[in-house]
Amino acid sequence: MSYELFEHRADIGVRGKGKTCEQAFEECAKAMFSAMVDVERVAPKKKVQFDAHASDLEALLPEFLNNLLYVRDVQGMVFSRFEVKDLRQGPGQWGLKASAWGEKFDPNRHEPKTEVKAATFYQLSVRKTPQGFVAECVVDV
Amino acid sequence: MSRSELRQASEWVWELPMSGQMRVPGRVYANPYIVGHVLDEVKKGEWNPLTQLKNVACLPGLQKYALALPDLHVGYGACIGSVGAMDLQEGVIVFGLVGYDINCGLQTFVTPLTRKDVKGKEERLAEELYRVVPAGLGIGGKVRLDKDRVDEVLERGAHYAVENGLGLKEDLELMEEKGCIRGANAANVSPEAKARFEKQLGTLGSGNHYCEVQYVEQIYDEEAAKAFGLFRDQLIVSIHCGSRGLGHQVGSDYLKVLEKAMPGYGLTVPDRELACAPIQSEEGQRYLSAVYAGINCAFANREVLTHLARTCFEKTFELKAEEMPMLYGVAHNTAKLERHRVDGREKELLVQRKGATRSFGPGREEVPEKYRKVGQPVIIGGTMGTASYILKGTRTAMEETFGSTVHGAGRTMSRVGALKQWTGKGVVDELARRGIIIKGHGLKGIAEEAPGAYKDIDQVIDVVHHAGISSKVARVRPLICVKG
Repeated sequence: MSYELFEHRADIGVRGKGKTCEQAFEECAKAMFSAMVDVERVAPKKKVQFDAHASDLEALLPEFLNNLLYVRDVQGMVFSRFEVKDLRQGPGQWGLKASAWGEKFDPNRHEPKTEVKAATFYQLSVRKTPQGFVAECVVDV
Repeated sequence: MSRSELRQASEWVWELPMSGQMRVPGRVYANPYIVGHVLDEVKKGEWNPLTQLKNVACLPGLQKYALALPDLHVGYGACIGSVGAMDLQEGVIVFGLVGYDINCGLQTFVTPLTRKDVKGKEERLAEELYRVVPAGLGIGGKVRLDKDRVDEVLERGAHYAVENGLGLKEDLELMEEKGCIRGANAANVSPEAKARFEKQLGTLGSGNHYCEVQYVEQIYDEEAAKAFGLFRDQLIVSIHCGSRGLGHQVGSDYLKVLEKAMPGYGLTVPDRELACAPIQSEEGQRYLSAVYAGINCAFANREVLTHLARTCFEKTFELKAEEMPMLYGVAHNTAKLERHRVDGREKELLVQRKGATRSFGPGREEVPEKYRKVGQPVIIGGTMGTASYILKGTRTAMEETFGSTVHGAGRTMSRVGALKQWTGKGVVDELARRGIIIKGHGLKGIAEEAPGAYKDIDQVIDVVHHAGISSKVARVRPLICVKG
């Protein structure tokens, strides 16, 4: 399991790798929050949960990430731990169940970087590799 | 895509001839420096501005050309710096030609002060702006809105701010659409988008957004400068930001709506972010009214920020707000109904500008009366270390680009790449040596916005000036820049 940021001309790419597709999504979320704050300093104090749905597996990645951005804006939270479960194809759509742990954003403690505003379809890819799964897309900042 | 596909059509225009599914040719306003940067991006991969221009040219109802301006670089679906004008009957409204940050734009007010007046007070003013203008990740505004108030902002734009004492009545006349575009429908904006905005009215955000104190370094056009109220060494203030989380949520929401609607209208697109619907369709009209709501949201946001910035000058220099009139407010990411000439006949079109500025010339009724003789002010944001420009709209723009021009310098280097090359502290120190104070809420964000990560603004402006799609009025330099 690992996450990283990659280059894009104007914005930032987020990439997560894991043994399972769920793990790759979790790591990708961590990559996105690492673009905003020092995730090591974010204590996983409070848990939020949500379901996400999309027309296909790839579209589910920005949908999942955008749900996290929504919670960030509305509850003023940042997150450092993520869990994705039941990522599967249902009737007519794909879905997942997500949990995220974090705390109220504190600019003095969390080393704020850049605000991510949306996860996009740009360079969007969810794929199986010999090592496991990779999930990535560019986020608009 | 190879170099040979881009053909020089005139001194300042390169053409992308029809091929494949393209319905109209592509046009890029450029010089050899800009073309060099574009081809550099093309070399790097399949996702590049020329492929995106070509993709846009495949859309139904597009009039004359798919246009790209000299600040072009790769974007979402359409490249940044692109303009597409659509026939209202055959055309589509396209997600990628509006983008995520609906009505990201620039608003500038002028002051009676000169550089001399600020001598010795720079740091105090910078501290005051940094304290008063909410900026950076997760920083809420000073105004809290409930759901009904959010709806009011979405339908009334900057008028909401002014009526609540957060701006001057005289400002409204001096903003595109007079600060409120008609036809916005808050009912077509999701509760999630509205919830994101409850704490965000009057916030700058981060990324490339800023509040900058500048001085007029050079005047190129005395007549226009006089009309715009500009003089040499004068202090002016520019605010760059958009519709915040709300605009992005509207974008993400309607990307799904449009994608789902396309098969029903027999539409297919080469890139998911070019999702679209016929302008007259139910989905198209809903999206347009939600984009309008986003446009109004950004107008209100910039007006509140203008008000806050003025209070800093009131306090530091004992000025009254009325002594700091608005120059103009321009919008960058929009879809708007406008009348233009096509094949010798005037008709109403949906003009979509993604990272482009309206550049209406003299005589147009949309241009405020006090500027109507010279053309609208066009405010171009440079980088925090170089320069910005005030231009004027032209008749050539009306003829060639549906009244559009460039919006900024345009990046040449990724944020990740910029972080490898510069540190935030290094950038702040270097700019301090050149007399520019940077106040940022995150050093990394400052490094990402290092001036060297952008194209040379003078070259970009040279292209639009010589091509005639806007004309130089003044060049301004930064003194203080507050970043998110």
